[in-house]
Amino acid sequence: MSARPASTRSGFAPTLRAVPTLLRIGFAGVVAYRSEMIVWILTTNMPLVMLALLRAVAAEGPVGRFDAARFTAYYFATLVVRLLTSAWVVWELVYEIRQGTLAAKLLRPLSPLVPYATDNLAALPIRGALVLPIALVGVLWAGPERFTHDPLSWLAFVVSVAAAWAVTFLVMLAIGTLSLRWESSLSIYDLWIAAYFVFSGYLLPLELFPPRVLAVVRWLPFRYLLSFPVEIALGALSRREILLGLGAQLGWLAASALLAHLIWRDGLRRFAAYGG
Amino acid sequence: MTALARYARLFAIQLRTSVLLALQYRVEFVVQAIMSVFWTATALVPLLALYDRRPSIAGWSRDEALIVVGFFTALKGVLEGAIQPSLGAVVEHVRKGTLDFVLLKPVDAQFLVSTSKLDVFKGVHVLTGLGVIGWALHALGRAPGPLAIATALTLFAVGALLLYSIHLLVVALAFKVVKVDNLSFLFSSAYDAARWPSSVFRGAFAIFFTFVLPLAVMTTFPALALLGRLPARSLALALGLGVAFGLASRAAFQRALGSYTSAGG
Repeated sequence: MSARPASTRSGFAPTLRAVPTLLRIGFAGVVAYRSEMIVWILTTNMPLVMLALLRAVAAEGPVGRFDAARFTAYYFATLVVRLLTSAWVVWELVYEIRQGTLAAKLLRPLSPLVPYATDNLAALPIRGALVLPIALVGVLWAGPERFTHDPLSWLAFVVSVAAAWAVTFLVMLAIGTLSLRWESSLSIYDLWIAAYFVFSGYLLPLELFPPRVLAVVRWLPFRYLLSFPVEIALGALSRREILLGLGAQLGWLAASALLAHLIWRDGLRRFAAYGG
Repeated sequence: MTALARYARLFAIQLRTSVLLALQYRVEFVVQAIMSVFWTATALVPLLALYDRRPSIAGWSRDEALIVVGFFTALKGVLEGAIQPSLGAVVEHVRKGTLDFVLLKPVDAQFLVSTSKLDVFKGVHVLTGLGVIGWALHALGRAPGPLAIATALTLFAVGALLLYSIHLLVVALAFKVVKVDNLSFLFSSAYDAARWPSSVFRGAFAIFFTFVLPLAVMTTFPALALLGRLPARSLALALGLGVAFGLASRAAFQRALGSYTSAGG
């Protein structure tokens, strides 16, 4: 069986009508699997390990512009942004394609991409509630003066986190859909995440990298997925830099949306619902 | 035939099946090799960037820390190639109730599930790790003696045993809480901390990473042994922890088997 692209069968208005219901379903799912979600959140412990490491390093003297308190602020902000921008659609998609259950989603008069997005978004309230105490600990430990006090910057922070989530989601969607064509698409995701860990500032603040590496990072999307919002929160950027960064994020958003769209359209043509 | 010979033969058969399975997907080897080198390279970037600014961190020079990274990578190969695939399958068995077929066989269930599935190509991590260690030793201009190498290898084996035991404990938990596959993710994410020499962790972290989750024993101790700096008491501690974790996990697994009720129980 081959399926036609779902987008030809669904209008915009019916999709919009379905979104609140889908969000409710997604939220119920999150509540049902709440203990799993807590384990997932605990899995994101790398920033704390790096914080322990770099506080030990900073005890012997500051590293670049970073002293112990700045490292604390940095890694807590990193942890918060990472937890707020994470998505898991790539695993879901690869699983459903392998098992053939994607077929059921394709039969609905709604693009399957919409429930994937609402499932991920519906987790936000609970995630947010769990992230709040983490943020509070970070602010108290590092000291409030380590973060920006400019309300406009915080507004930009919210926008940039939303954009970072969207790009993460779309890239995951693109890679997941690739498994319609190629069974090892999860290997591509592994490559992506390995590069993300280094070049997004997740492991080490980007400004501590040698200039040669920074020259490369400038042309990669990873900074805009994590480090950029963190830099805003720490007050490390001027208004002009923030605006330029938001513009770059918008560019990456458009590029990843286009990529996801093309791969999805191409992949559905060859979808055969095997195994289902 | 003695029991030992029987199990050795059984192990050979299981290994052969895994190798034959892997050979069906030969391209995967190239993919895994590229992945391993890429993953190791990216993991090295932060380390090298930090050592660009500091000659030593917590008493470790760059090349000494690289030896820890080498052991970390090699052990990761054991974890992803031998431990996770087989023990991950147990969780699936429990969920589906197909563990019955394992239990019906006249062999030790723990042995059978632990050797059921080996991802041979992940072994490439072991080669990458050895490469990193070799590079670091070369940069240090040092060739460890046979005793140091033997100690390091022993500690590496203890590290593998510890990883296996901790994983088995997690699996024993799977009999109670069926959806446990992300607990093993939690464990692998914690394992990532083992790429740094354990002396960078202070206070509560240090105690946690030595006794509760003995990451220090897994990667830092073998590196120290190779550098000829491991105190005899640390070696004894490592061996003691290995035996303790091994026995505890076996007991936990046997207990869990006792409470297994088949068909998704």
